[in-house]
Amino acid sequence: MASDNGANATSEAQPRPAKPGAGKRVDHAAGARQFLAATEHAESHDERVWAMRQRRDAAVETIPEWEELRDLASQIKTHALTHLDEYLEQFEANAKANGIHVHWAADAADHNRIVHEIFQENGVQRVIKSKSMLMEECGFRQYMDAAGFDMIETDLGERIQQLDDEDPSHVVVPAVHKMRSDVSQVFSKTLDSDPGNDDAHYLTEHQRQATRPLILDADAGMTGANFAIAETGGFVVCTNEGNADLSANVPNLHVASIGIEKVVPRVEDMGVFIRMLSRSALGSPITQYTSHFRGPKPGGETHIVLVDNGRSERLGSEKFWSALKCIRCGACMNTCPVFRRSGGLSYGATYTGPLGLILDPSIDARRYSNLPFASTLNGSCTNVCPVKINIHEQIFEWRKVLAEDKQVPWTKRSSLAAAGRVLASPKSYRAALKTAHSALHYLPDWAIYNRLNAWGQVRDLPDVPAEGTFHDWYRKHRLNTAEAGDNE
Amino acid sequence: MSARADILAAIRANKPGFSGPAPDIPNHDDGYPCDAADLRALFVGAMEQMGGAWVEPASDETLTATVHRALGDRLDAGSCIASNIAEIPGDRRVCEADTSASLNDVDVALLRARFGVAETGSVCFTEHELVVNAVAYLAQHLVVLLDPSEIVTNLHRAYQRDDYKTARYTVFHTGPSATADIEGVLVRGAQGVRSLTVVPAVDQAPTPGG
Ligand code: SF4
Repeated sequence: MASDNGANATSEAQPRPAKPGAGKRVDHAAGARQFLAATEHAESHDERVWAMRQRRDAAVETIPEWEELRDLASQIKTHALTHLDEYLEQFEANAKANGIHVHWAADAADHNRIVHEIFQENGVQRVIKSKSMLMEECGFRQYMDAAGFDMIETDLGERIQQLDDEDPSHVVVPAVHKMRSDVSQVFSKTLDSDPGNDDAHYLTEHQRQATRPLILDADAGMTGANFAIAETGGFVVCTNEGNADLSANVPNLHVASIGIEKVVPRVEDMGVFIRMLSRSALGSPITQYTSHFRGPKPGGETHIVLVDNGRSERLGSEKFWSALKCIRCGACMNTCPVFRRSGGLSYGATYTGPLGLILDPSIDARRYSNLPFASTLNGSCTNVCPVKINIHEQIFEWRKVLAEDKQVPWTKRSSLAAAGRVLASPKSYRAALKTAHSALHYLPDWAIYNRLNAWGQVRDLPDVPAEGTFHDWYRKHRLNTAEAGDNE
Repeated sequence: MSARADILAAIRANKPGFSGPAPDIPNHDDGYPCDAADLRALFVGAMEQMGGAWVEPASDETLTATVHRALGDRLDAGSCIASNIAEIPGDRRVCEADTSASLNDVDVALLRARFGVAETGSVCFTEHELVVNAVAYLAQHLVVLLDPSEIVTNLHRAYQRDDYKTARYTVFHTGPSATADIEGVLVRGAQGVRSLTVVPAVDQAPTPGG
C-alpha cells in the first residue's frame, strides 16, 4: 500500500493559505488557487488521497454485504439519534457505575474549562494527547497552550502539524498535504533531525525517539472516542499507531472528550461500525488497534467529557440532523475532486472536504458561507459514505439556506435559483444528468468555472460513462440486494 | 450539573419527531470456513496483510524455543523479555505493581491472546492477559500465544462475546503499530510495538481471573 520512498523529493515550498481573522469569511477559492499553484504538492496530494479512495474500493469489494452494512449503520445511527437523551443517560449511568467520572459540556468553552479544572485538581502539567477532532473543534490546544500546559500530540501526522503550528488538513491523515521535504524541514527545526534526510522511515523513527520520554513523563493522557456504548458505559478508540493506548494507559489520569452524537446503544453495533470504519478510511480491514475502555485501570482515574457544542441544536434541523451520523472516516474527502485538488487547509476549518461543507456552516454560517460552493455535487461523497448521509443533497440545501439568509453575495444567490430548479430534488438532478450526458455540460457555468471553484480552472470532471450514471448502474445491479435510498 | 440538564432538555426538544427502530444485526458469517484449519488459514492471511507474523512450532520444539526462534535477530544478549505466560519464563514477569517507567526497557513482551478474529487477523487482549495495559505498547516487540480453537469468524461474532461487558479494557491488536503519515509511506513501529508475532499454542492454563 505504500508508495516507495523514491528520490524525487521536492524543494517546492508548502502552500500556506492565510487563515482569516475572527468574523471574516473563509476564502476557499483563494486557498485552493494557492494550493494548485504549488504543482508538486497539488499532484502529490491528489494522488495520495485518491489512492486511499482506491484502497477503499478494493476493500469494499471483499465484503458482499457492504450495502447491507451501510443500511444497518445508518439505521443504528437513526435509532441512536432519535433516542439520544435515553442513550446518553444510560451511557452516563453505566460509565459511573464502572468508576468513570462523567462531565457535560454545553460548548467549547465549557469543555476547555472542565478539562483545565481536572488538570488543576490533579496537579497535571504535561499532557500527551491523541488525535481528536473534537478537541480541535473546541480550540483546546490553543487554550491549554495559553494556560501554560505542555500538550504533546502523539499521532505522527498531528505532531507534525503541531510542530509546524498548523491545523490538521484531513480527519484521518492530518498532514497529508505535506511532502516529506516539508516534514524534514519541520523536524530539523524542532526535533533536531538531519536537515538533509527526508526519508519517511528516518523521520518517523526520529519522532518516535523524541516523543517516547515525553510519553513516559506525562501526568495525564487525553483521547477522543470513535464510539460510546450505552450498554456498557464504555467507549471505543481506533488508531493505527497505538498512540491512543499509550495516552490512555501510560499516565494514571485519562480524559476522553466525546461528542454527544457518538453514543450507540449496544456492543453488537460495533460489529457493523468497526467492519466499515477503516475499510472506508484507508482500505484496511480494521485499524491496527481497536480499544474498548470501560473503566479506569487499577490505581488510575478516567474522566469523560460529553460535549454538545451545537449538536443538540443541529438535531432539530430537519434537513441537516442526519449529518450527526458521521463517523469521521474521511471517505467523502478522499473521493471529492474539489478536496483532492484544493488541499484541506484551504477550507480554513476543523472539518474539511464534503463532511466539512455540511458541518462547518452549522458552526458559523457567515465564516463558512463559501464552503458549500466547494463541491461539484457529483454525489460521489454520498455514494461512499458508510452511514449513508445524503451529503451532496445537504451541500445543496446549505447553498439555499445560506442564500436565503443572505450569507452569500447576490450574484451567487441568483445563479442558485436557476440551478435550484434542477438540483432541488435528487430525482430531477439525476434526470438532468442523464439527458445532458455530462454534469459539467449541464450545470450553469458558475458552478464550475466560477472563480470560486478554483480547481475547475485546471481540470474537468470526467464525462458520465456511456452506460449511464452511477444511479443507472446502481438501480440495475444493486437494487435487488439493497434498498435504494436512506430511511429518513 | 446545569449543562447536563440543558443538553438533555435541548435533545428532547429537538430530536426528530419519529423513532427509528434498532435493527437486528446478522452474523454475516455463512461464507466462512467451518473447518478449523481453513479458518486458521484465513486468520493467518489477514494477519500477515496487516504486518503480523505467524510462526508454527516445530514438532520437537519447546514453546520457549519456538518463541526464541520466532524472535530471531530481534533478540541480542542484552534483550529483556517480559513474560505474562506461566509456561514460559522470561527475564522478568509483568506484575501489577509495575509502573510505565519500569516497563520502558522491555524489548519483548510475551502475552496470551484471549481470542482471534479471522476476518481481520486481530488478536484480543483484556487487562487480565496484559496485567499492565501499557506493556503492550511500550515493549518494542510482542509475541502472542493464540489458542487456534479460539478463532472466531468475523467481528460480528467477536462482539457477541461478553468481554467488553466484563473487562475494563479490551483491545484488538492487528499487526504492529503502523503509520503512513509521511507521504503515504508505510512505516511499522510508529509509536507502539515494532513487530507482532503470533504462535499457535493450546491454552492449558486458563488465565486467572479471566
Ligand atoms: S460524512 Fe460519511 S463519508 Fe464523510 S467522513 Fe462522515 S461518515 Fe465518512
